[in-house]
Formats: sequence, structure tokens, C-alpha cells
Amino acid sequence: MSSAEISVFARPNDRLRRRKLVGRGVELIAWFAAAMGVAVLGVLVGYVAERGASQLSLDLFIKSQAAAFSVTSASQGLANAFVGSLVLIGIATAMAVPVGILIAIYVSEFAPRSVKPVVNLVLDLVAGIPAIVVSIFIYGLIEVGHGQTGLAVSYAVAVIMLPFVARSTIEILALVPNSLREAALGLGAPRWRTTLGVVLPQTLGGILTGTVLAVARVSGETAPPLVLSYVVSQGVAWNPVHALQTVPLAIYELGESGTPSDTALAWAGAFVLIMFILVVSLSARWFAARSRRKLGGSR
Amino acid sequence: MTEVVTVSSSIEPAVRVETKRQPLPPRERLETVFEISDLEALYGSKSALKGVSLEVYKNLVTAIIGPSGCGKSTFIRCLNRMNDLVPSFKQQGTIRYHGHDIRAAGVDPVAVRRTIGMVFQRPNPFPKSIFDNVAWGLKVLGMKDGLNERVEKALTQAALWDEAKDRLKTSALGLSGGQQQRLCIARAIAVEPDVILMDEPASALDPIATQKIEELMHNLKSEYTFVIVTHNMQQAARVADMTAFFSISRGEEGARWGELIEYDATEKIFTAPSDKRTEDYVTGRFG
Repeated sequence: MSSAEISVFARPNDRLRRRKLVGRGVELIAWFAAAMGVAVLGVLVGYVAERGASQLSLDLFIKSQAAAFSVTSASQGLANAFVGSLVLIGIATAMAVPVGILIAIYVSEFAPRSVKPVVNLVLDLVAGIPAIVVSIFIYGLIEVGHGQTGLAVSYAVAVIMLPFVARSTIEILALVPNSLREAALGLGAPRWRTTLGVVLPQTLGGILTGTVLAVARVSGETAPPLVLSYVVSQGVAWNPVHALQTVPLAIYELGESGTPSDTALAWAGAFVLIMFILVVSLSARWFAARSRRKLGGSR
Repeated sequence: MTEVVTVSSSIEPAVRVETKRQPLPPRERLETVFEISDLEALYGSKSALKGVSLEVYKNLVTAIIGPSGCGKSTFIRCLNRMNDLVPSFKQQGTIRYHGHDIRAAGVDPVAVRRTIGMVFQRPNPFPKSIFDNVAWGLKVLGMKDGLNERVEKALTQAALWDEAKDRLKTSALGLSGGQQQRLCIARAIAVEPDVILMDEPASALDPIATQKIEELMHNLKSEYTFVIVTHNMQQAARVADMTAFFSISRGEEGARWGELIEYDATEKIFTAPSDKRTEDYVTGRFG
């Protein structure tokens, strides 16, 4: 731009140059912050992938950890940890999801206006409790004076999951247009039929998304097994009444052991855990996009 | 008369309906459905509507007209207790339905809404198939015998059967706006209510679709009683037997509320209104 052109638009004291510079500066800082975030994730995932991916083998999924401090045999797989995590997270999900959904239905469909913020606040508080505190609480509640049990891990994980499921379900229920509820109520349908027949079918995809994300989030929780279920028998075990090995705890133990083969196995476990969370999150996003499309069509 | 009434023709709508509306029977032969006395509707501490008293008669179309913000929608939503869903809503005065106070202790709002159906401003079909849209209410209310026949009858009455019969299993969201609104009417009449409330049912529709909805009201009023809110005066003039004109009153400190100015036969409201404000409104001088 020539100086003659600029002078047409220029006003005295408008400090155009300075404003432009500040704008560029702010943009740069924001760009840098975003790049930092992506870089941290990239380095972390890349590092785990580099060390873990090469360790992937069939043995990892079919053989179990060796006994702790064993000098005669080395750990060759994490089958016991995968099975334990699957069982315990599965039980936790089965407990947390129905209760979480019911809480959300109460808050968004039935609760008086004065109750809603109270429940929301409580959910936020529960979501903010550190996992170790929840674990100690469950320990004091059911394990003191009894043996360790995998179920205790499930209870703790369920408590951690609950607010996430409830909050995400509340958010998705808020997306259902009120006109649909009015349509159903205007026909003389009671509240519960409206909720069950019109509101919930609309939101199944979204509720599933919230659930799946909550599962992804808690599958790496280490505090509950660390406090509640670490005296585990060898080999693959399915019975949650007994203490069961879990993936995060196995990673912790193997990483601490110092043997190169154990460390390698820990990386493999970490890689599988990250991949699991990635796949689960991506499928959750896909479900979410699908259910948003469905909801959008109804307006 | 018949040659003027073909749906696709582009004749002056006003001409068409003037001829269609039958003269009102004498008042003493009219059966009262709603007897509303001194109705006041409040949101929180603010009045939206004050001092409304009127009677709605059976098998007539009663139109509620008036400028935006005069409480038309609030009024019609009082009639089936839809406002109960608004947390801050309060109501004073009584609404009697065939002599029974609809807000008396022990009256279930669900039962009220079952008897007094409603069609909303924007078409709001369920995101289900066309068939299920009509069938859902029937199933919920236990009217499952002859479900297919009931659905067909409702769709026929709502003048949608011919367009929809080959695609009953497809999503209702694939219908045009006008078809969706007729589906909502079919859904409402399928459960056989006594009264159908319509809150600006054609305001989101094009003129052809509007015309179909109006035809439909005309054809169905022998079986139902209609109360329709509209801000389209021509529409009121075309379809309504009785017309109530609501307007906004202003009080101290910027308080404003809706009130009933005049209620009479549509003919009278539009040709010889007794209140100056009604005259100003229907002649387009205000509003």
C-alpha cells in the first residue's frame, strides 16, 4: 500500500501501526499456547508409542505377570491386568451409568428450579474429590477388618465416574427442544412417559458418548487399585470378590521393578492404555456427532 | 361457493371465507365449553394478563387476536394448564370447563391436557416415523384397539393421508413445514380431545399450507371446539366464528399487561366494533 493510499483512511492519533502490532502479538501468543498444548500431547504419545509399540505381541495379551520379586521367571504379558481392569471398570460402569442417568433425568425433567443448582454443585464437588480420597473413603467403609476385594475398586471408580456421567447427560438432555416435551405433554402424556418415549430416545447417542468418555477417563485411575486391590493372586482371575490386578497398577509395578524386560512391558501396557483411550474417545466423538445431527433435524 | 374453494386456486382468501362462514346460531342455543372469569396470569410478580372474562362455545372457532405481547399465548396456554410447566407462573380467577374448575384440587393437569389438545406455533413432530407420531399418543393413552384405523382416520381428517399413506414408516422430519403442522394436528385429534387449542398454528407456514390448515379447522369444527391464537387478522376473519381482541394496557412504572378489550361475533368485531381500540387495530391503524 502506498503512503498516498494510507493517507485517505488515516486519522490523526489513531495509532494504526501500534494497534496492528498489538493484534499480531496477541495472535502469536495464542498460537504459541495452542502449539504448546499439542506438542506436550504429541511428545507424550510419541514417546510412549516409540517404547511401547515395539513390545506389542500376542504374549502381551495371553500371558500374565510373574510373581512379584520372582528371580526365576520374568513377566511376559499383562493378560491378568487387562482382564482385571475390564471386569472392575465394567462393574463400575454398570453401577455408575444408571444412577448417573437417573440423576440427570431428575435434574432436567423433574427437579424444581431451586433444587437444580444444588444438585449441580454437589456433582461438581464430587467430581473434584481426588481419587485417592475416594479410595481411602471406600477403604474405611468396606475393607477395614476384611480382606481386599476388587469390588471395592469398582465402588471407588463408580463414585469417580458418577458426576461425569450425570453432568454430560444433563447437558445432552438440555439440547432436547422444549417444544418436543410440550408436544408430548399436550397430548395428555404424563411426565415419565414423555421422558421415556420422547426425550430419552432422542438422546441415547449423547448419553452413550458421555458414558464412553467417562470410561476412558477412569480406565487409567491408579489410586483405587493402589489402595484397595494390590494383594493379587497370580495369573488371570475373573472373580471381582477377590483382589484383581489392573492395568495402571501393573504399569506402576513393572515400571518400578528396574528389570529391563519389566520396564519394556510397562511401556507396552501404557501404550495399550493410551490406544484404548484414543479409540474410545474417537468413537465417542463419532457418536456425539451422529446424535447432534439427529437432534438438529428435529428443529 | 364450491368453485372458489379449490385448494390450489389463487383467489382472494378473504372472498373465499366470507362465504364459508355460516351465520352464528342465537346465543341461547350455544353450549358453553369454557367459562373464564376474571382471569389473571402472572409470571413471578409481573402480570401478563388481567381481568379476562369470556365464554367459549362448543363447535365454534374462537379466535384470539391482538398485538404482540398482549398475552394471547399466555391465555390459550391457561386453558389446558400448559402454563403449569412454567416454574414462575401463577394464576388467579377461574376457568370452568363444562362447569368444572380446571384448577380445582384433585384435577390432574395430565387429564386436562388429554381432553383439551394443543397445536403449537412451530410444527413440533416427534423425531419418529409419521405413523408413530400419531400412534404414540394413542399408545400412551391406552387407545390401542384398531390402532391402524385410528391413525388413518386422524391423518385423513388432517388432510394428510393421501400425501403420507405411502411413507408412513419414514421419518416425520422429512415432511415439509405445512405437512408437519398437519401431522401435529392429526396427532392432536387422534386421541379424540374435545377442544383443540391452536397457538398461531400457521405463522411459520406459507399461504398454501395456511389455507389447508384453515380448511381443516372449518371441516372439523362440527366435531371439535377450536380456540386459535393468531396475529393475522385476515385469518381470524376467515376462520373464526367468535373473535376476542386483546390489547396491552400500561400502568405505573412501566408495568404492562394484556387485557381483553372486546369479544363478539367475528362479523361484528371486523365490521362494527364497539371499542375504538378494536377499530383501530382491525383497520390497521395500530399494532
